[in-house]
Amino acid sequence: MTGSPMPAGRHRHLISAADLSRDEAVLILDTAAELASVAGRPIRKLPTLRGMTVVNLFFEDSTRTRTSFEAAAKRLSADVINFSARGSSVAKGESLKDTALTLEAMGADAVVVRHSASGAAHRLAGWVTGSVVNAGDGTHEHPTQALLDAFTMRQRLGAPDQRGGGLDGVRVTIVGDVLHSRVARSNVLLLATLGAEVTLVAPPTLMPYAVETWPCKASYDFDAELRKSDVVMMLRVQQERMTAAYFPSIREYSRRYGLDAGRMALLPEHAIVMHPGPMNRGVEIAAEVADSPRSTIVAQVSNGVIVRMAVLYLLLGGAAAAA
Amino acid sequence: MCAMRPEPGHEQGAGHPGWKAVLTPEEIRRALSRVAHEILERTHGGEGIVLLGIPTRGVPLARRLAARIAEFEGTSAPYGSLDVTMHRDDLRLRPARALQRTEVPSGGVDGKTVVLVDDVLFSGRTIRAALDALNDLGRPRAVQLAVLVDRGHRELPIRADYVGKNLPTAYREVVRVLLEETDGEDSVLLGERDR
Repeated sequence: MTGSPMPAGRHRHLISAADLSRDEAVLILDTAAELASVAGRPIRKLPTLRGMTVVNLFFEDSTRTRTSFEAAAKRLSADVINFSARGSSVAKGESLKDTALTLEAMGADAVVVRHSASGAAHRLAGWVTGSVVNAGDGTHEHPTQALLDAFTMRQRLGAPDQRGGGLDGVRVTIVGDVLHSRVARSNVLLLATLGAEVTLVAPPTLMPYAVETWPCKASYDFDAELRKSDVVMMLRVQQERMTAAYFPSIREYSRRYGLDAGRMALLPEHAIVMHPGPMNRGVEIAAEVADSPRSTIVAQVSNGVIVRMAVLYLLLGGAAAAA
Repeated sequence: MCAMRPEPGHEQGAGHPGWKAVLTPEEIRRALSRVAHEILERTHGGEGIVLLGIPTRGVPLARRLAARIAEFEGTSAPYGSLDVTMHRDDLRLRPARALQRTEVPSGGVDGKTVVLVDDVLFSGRTIRAALDALNDLGRPRAVQLAVLVDRGHRELPIRADYVGKNLPTAYREVVRVLLEETDGEDSVLLGERDR
């Protein structure tokens, strides 16, 4: 990583949640907290990135993340070019590198990339001069999702004035298809940096290999973990990434690892329920849980825009971006 | 451009070797009292005013002016803060900066007389950014500017309506404003750059 647009740091790209120190992560959350006030104003636009171009380069389908990045860049007055693999030269056989060089020639100051291959964002960072923001690479990472989740946790569980604070001692349980989840991986890395205690719960077949080397605990007993959780984060079963039978049936998975109203009652009074979306209602989360006041699912979407504004501002708003 | 932040070496003790004190705590107190009186005079008893301090040191100054206005006139003057970082024209010249807090009193700024408050008026670029930031918040009836120190060297057609002290300086000199709330003492110091 080179350049130093972040005051507390040294980053030109955001590829992995592991690249962020605690101070850098807190700076992003604090910046987002200030930007949240902009969302409530009649004029929800800032001139900060005027004249800059942000390219959304999406090789995988995504509505939520792409529109979230698009809204974030536009609220900072950047120009946005959406590039999706379908119906593009990629469908005609162009490689990632050639696509990157094309975008480079168009003068992209930042490339927001989603790709089905783990490590794609990292490779791209070596080919373009602009900033690269990883919006999900295969089963590897999705750092802005982890940042918006951390922001939502701080907002809902933290003290009234949260500036400068992390998530020390917050007990987070992440449940479901951890094996295929880049959201889980980024969250484990970021939440550990911020001082939270993370526990992963999954069927043995969906627990990642060498999970004991991750900065978290692993458990197979969902009900026991629920009783001591401040946050429970449900993950979608990613059937499109599954190449084998990981559990006997959806119904059995739902019975053992789904969050229904009965299980929600085991949670402490203050605990919140999160889901990165898209949800499969009735599989990992019951409709009545998703729509309950404890659910932060809608807040996560609006927080996504302001957290991505903070990331784009910190990567592009300073000197190194112009250099 | 605001006053330079104190460097660690100059912070401790009452003395600031190499720096000349241009305003003592008493003089700052008197200057602020006079500015508060002038604001009341110019705005006909402070009707419809909102004091917005520009972080960092404009914010405690706005709070102090509001307290004096309340004391002199018995009316409460709403005050808040206005961060101008995202509207600055020199963002690309320096690393990205952390944002400061913007807090607008509940009445908003529409139709109000907004008094911007800052510690040092220098190039005028911060105030230009503040005017833009204010524009996004609403449409004040009028905007005025109060500063503790006007040190000259304007680069834009901007002037202050209320000045605590006019301080003629050389361009290479540095003006530091220290306030009880942020620095533990009240003082305005003048020194040379590159010390």
